[in-house]
Amino acid sequence: MHDKTLTELAAGLAAGEFSSRELTQALLARVERLDGDLNSFITVTAEQALDAADRADAARAAGNAGPLTGVPLALKDIFCTEGVKTSAGSKMLDTFVAPYDATVVEKLRAAGTVSLGKTNMDEFAMGSSNENSFFGPVQNPWDPNAVPGGSSGGSAAAVAAGLVPAAMGTDTGGSIRQPAAFCGITGLKPTYGRVSRYGIIAYASSLDQAGPLARTAEDCARLLTAIAGHDPRDSTSVARGVPDYTEELDAPLAGLKIGLPREYFGEGLDPAVEGAVREAIGVYESLGATVREVSLPHTHYAIPAYYVIAPAEASSNLARYDGVRFGHRCENPADLTDLYKRSRAEGFGEEVKRRILMGTHTLSEGFFDAYYKKAQRVRRLIRQDFLDAFDEVDVLMGPASPTPAFDLGARKDPVSMYLQDIYTIAINLAGIPGISVPAGFVGNRPVGLQILGTHFAEARLLNVAHQFQQATDWHLRRPALAEETL
Amino acid sequence: MALEHADVLRAAHLARLGLDDDEAAHYLDDLGRILAMVDQLQTLDTEGVAPLAHPLETTQRLRADEVTETDQRSRFQRCAPAVEQGLYLVPRVVE
Repeated sequence: MHDKTLTELAAGLAAGEFSSRELTQALLARVERLDGDLNSFITVTAEQALDAADRADAARAAGNAGPLTGVPLALKDIFCTEGVKTSAGSKMLDTFVAPYDATVVEKLRAAGTVSLGKTNMDEFAMGSSNENSFFGPVQNPWDPNAVPGGSSGGSAAAVAAGLVPAAMGTDTGGSIRQPAAFCGITGLKPTYGRVSRYGIIAYASSLDQAGPLARTAEDCARLLTAIAGHDPRDSTSVARGVPDYTEELDAPLAGLKIGLPREYFGEGLDPAVEGAVREAIGVYESLGATVREVSLPHTHYAIPAYYVIAPAEASSNLARYDGVRFGHRCENPADLTDLYKRSRAEGFGEEVKRRILMGTHTLSEGFFDAYYKKAQRVRRLIRQDFLDAFDEVDVLMGPASPTPAFDLGARKDPVSMYLQDIYTIAINLAGIPGISVPAGFVGNRPVGLQILGTHFAEARLLNVAHQFQQATDWHLRRPALAEETL
Repeated sequence: MALEHADVLRAAHLARLGLDDDEAAHYLDDLGRILAMVDQLQTLDTEGVAPLAHPLETTQRLRADEVTETDQRSRFQRCAPAVEQGLYLVPRVVE
């Protein structure tokens, strides 16, 4: 059952081929057997999963099943989950048991899905390799020496290894799309505000957005339909109707106008990645799309702008970890300042401290205008680049990452790690949706094709991704690990 | 804008982040390189461009002035490191 897509599993459950309990047991056994070195889960909630599976089976027997009833999945450990440890990959929250559910979790529960547990991630979602987790790095299922990407590295690896058909992630600068690309699966970052951020541990609030990682665009469409929508508890969630995102999947692509941003095919792009991406674009031409070059002239300012705005927001968001109300607290504090300083020094890892210091510095007196205000002005120019491009074309395409997955331990310098996100980070600054789909390999490491649309164009993106997956079989390739049967 | 050791210590204090001199030296090096990368922004003319705080530029919605939250103190204090009689415990502040 582990080799089936979420859509196939939902159909199997509906047809009575297997129960949710049987499916959940089979996948829990795979997690138990295969996740040791892979390390994609921080917490496995076997008991709660089996209870949820039984409730799903009972609902189906009573004639109350919905499209996702009984379907197993996993949640990045950034989604607050009532009664379950929610660590954000940090020592700071190693003992934190969330007292409430994130809206995404609540919606997935209400839809009858079964969570197998919480997946590994870069601490507080700060990273592009999952090496910044307090709970240790995650292996790439395609190659144990490679990173799975980050920050949703555990979610991507769990799906690629066939431990779950889908997992939820969050994306602040590429944290769904880049690990999806590195692990050879499909990952969607929705428009900012499309999915509620309530109960998602905050990193950078004007950039954070939750979305699904799964094997196919069709699976992502089903999950987005379940999690999207306005939430009064997140004032930035958008009051706008949620369509059934599966409805437009089969629309033909004839006449689709594709733009290739010149800046996404320049210096630093691995020629083998470029080759795979250009071949994928050739597939679109054969499906009736037209292709033209466009320009996003402020592209190379995106990483500098992001590394002002995101750390600034992070330094503010992470001020809440004070050792008083929840989270790690140091032993025997001498006074209140000592309590704050030592609790935070002990609880946060190196990259988190780096970003808190960076953000605090750029927001401090004398630097605010030169850094933060300047970055916000540049952010407007970056967003305008995309709006101008979408006046001319329907979607933009390019690589999700300049290289395939790199080796564990290969990127020690923070700036070189940051530059890895050159093709994903501007999308969060602009707030537009993006999806990464499997589009080939360099050696044994997958390549992701990134497809971008204008605000709220998720249905179109999923349609464009789905049609590619009808014409190619890259998304059906499995690493040897996923082929292992028990 | 070159960063100095004192700037790192100042930011650490503002952020209430304990940092010894060696750690501050390490972060000085890292932050210096990150700021050098960030300084590319200064080469761009943004005269007349308004800052963008939020990608959709929506305004904050207002809700009715009604009580919607119930008292859940004991539930939320279950994840606190130290509480007593409904109060969060911290080291003595006033002698």
